[in-house]
Amino acid sequence: MRRVSQKEITEKVKDLCIESAYVLEEDVVKALEDAIGRERSPLGREVLKEIVRNLEIARTDLLPMCQDTGIAVFFVDMGREVMIDGSLEDAIDEGVRQGYRDGYLRKSVCHPITRENTGDNTPAIVHVSIVEGDRVTIRMAPKGAGSENMSRLRMLKPSEGVEGIKGFVVETVKEAGGNPCPPIIVGVGIGGSFEKSAILAKKALLRKIGSANPDGSIAGLERELLERINMLGIGPMGFGGTTTALAVHVETFPCHIASLPVAVNIQCHAARHKEVVI
Amino acid sequence: MKGPVRITPPLSDRDVEVLRAGDRVLITGVLYTARDQAHRRLYELIERGEELPFDIKGQIIYYVGPTPPRPGRIIGSAGPTTSGRMDIYTPKLLEMGLKATIGKGARSRAVIEAMKRYRAVYMACVGGTAALIAKTIKKVDMVCYEDLGTEAIRRLEVEDFPAIVVNDIYGGDLFVQGVERYRKVS
Repeated sequence: MRRVSQKEITEKVKDLCIESAYVLEEDVVKALEDAIGRERSPLGREVLKEIVRNLEIARTDLLPMCQDTGIAVFFVDMGREVMIDGSLEDAIDEGVRQGYRDGYLRKSVCHPITRENTGDNTPAIVHVSIVEGDRVTIRMAPKGAGSENMSRLRMLKPSEGVEGIKGFVVETVKEAGGNPCPPIIVGVGIGGSFEKSAILAKKALLRKIGSANPDGSIAGLERELLERINMLGIGPMGFGGTTTALAVHVETFPCHIASLPVAVNIQCHAARHKEVVI
Repeated sequence: MKGPVRITPPLSDRDVEVLRAGDRVLITGVLYTARDQAHRRLYELIERGEELPFDIKGQIIYYVGPTPPRPGRIIGSAGPTTSGRMDIYTPKLLEMGLKATIGKGARSRAVIEAMKRYRAVYMACVGGTAALIAKTIKKVDMVCYEDLGTEAIRRLEVEDFPAIVVNDIYGGDLFVQGVERYRKVS
């Protein structure tokens, strides 16, 4: 067994929180820059340029790229030969507490009914998988509410099939309009169960932008959905244009013979995600 | 695209009459911040017939919850939040003389009708450009509800704050017009 200390996890998580708020991953920056050349609306191009300029200011002036520094979501792949000297959840929450305090990030987590703020952006949302090996991989994706609120889950009838899936995804993006800060990334989870489809959709958002699903038919579905979404005309910030989404990522999982769960998780253009391997 | 229109609150009827959906605007002067919880409290004051903590006539409310400032700075990042969550409170505030709101995303039918009736506009800024917008904020004063943290009402003094008119007083709507122009499906 390899021992990993709670303290080390806390330190790494703290760094992930801070770095993800200030510096956007290269693949997202490149997708935004490429979109400037493709966008047909002059106002849309201006918006995209402002988004890219904002990223520069965030980095150089040490200001979070978006004031909504999100609820902290983690996917942890825990090697089965790893032993932690304490609780993984506690270690992550402490990292979030320190990162959001020392990184001057907004504390956006509250009681669901009283709306009283917890004051330190905890608790984090943590998804854990046990995998082979002696490493711990922690992927963090802070999620803002503007795009999260526009996400949807529907239990389709199996007879609605792939056409039903396409219709639901496009309808969700259309209804979202300018609210989720387009250009967006669309994560789609098809199959599994009620909650599995939602987790698949969220995980799909962590893929590199434009990376295709290894299954050719699903990759074809991704391309078709992206094309249809960009024909909606919503455009950057909903002001009208040809760049509504930068990518559509679809993940699938077998499901019950009587169900067809489909979850659509929408991600704003500040698609923050960072990974660390311990 | 025509150049930006410069405005300075408090706004008169005349100031908003010249604005059209799609116009780019640069604001210099005072903005009041308020979002979910602050609106709830303002609304409770109105229901009890009490006075608001600031004179709302001719003013602009900016829907924002900034990040905390670093030491030596006045504010952190400060981009717009989704305006639709404030829709249920907005018509009453417009009736009381509020002249403009700033956020992101579309407004409800009721808010759009109230803007026509009370001669007010809705503007959006580019969501997620919170660092860029923060640079236009020159002074920050706490007005009230400090216990709400990021959701407190603050008085911002801004210089060349960039926004785009979405809804004008004539029924013009940038979201509807812009999308129609580039839509390729029914």
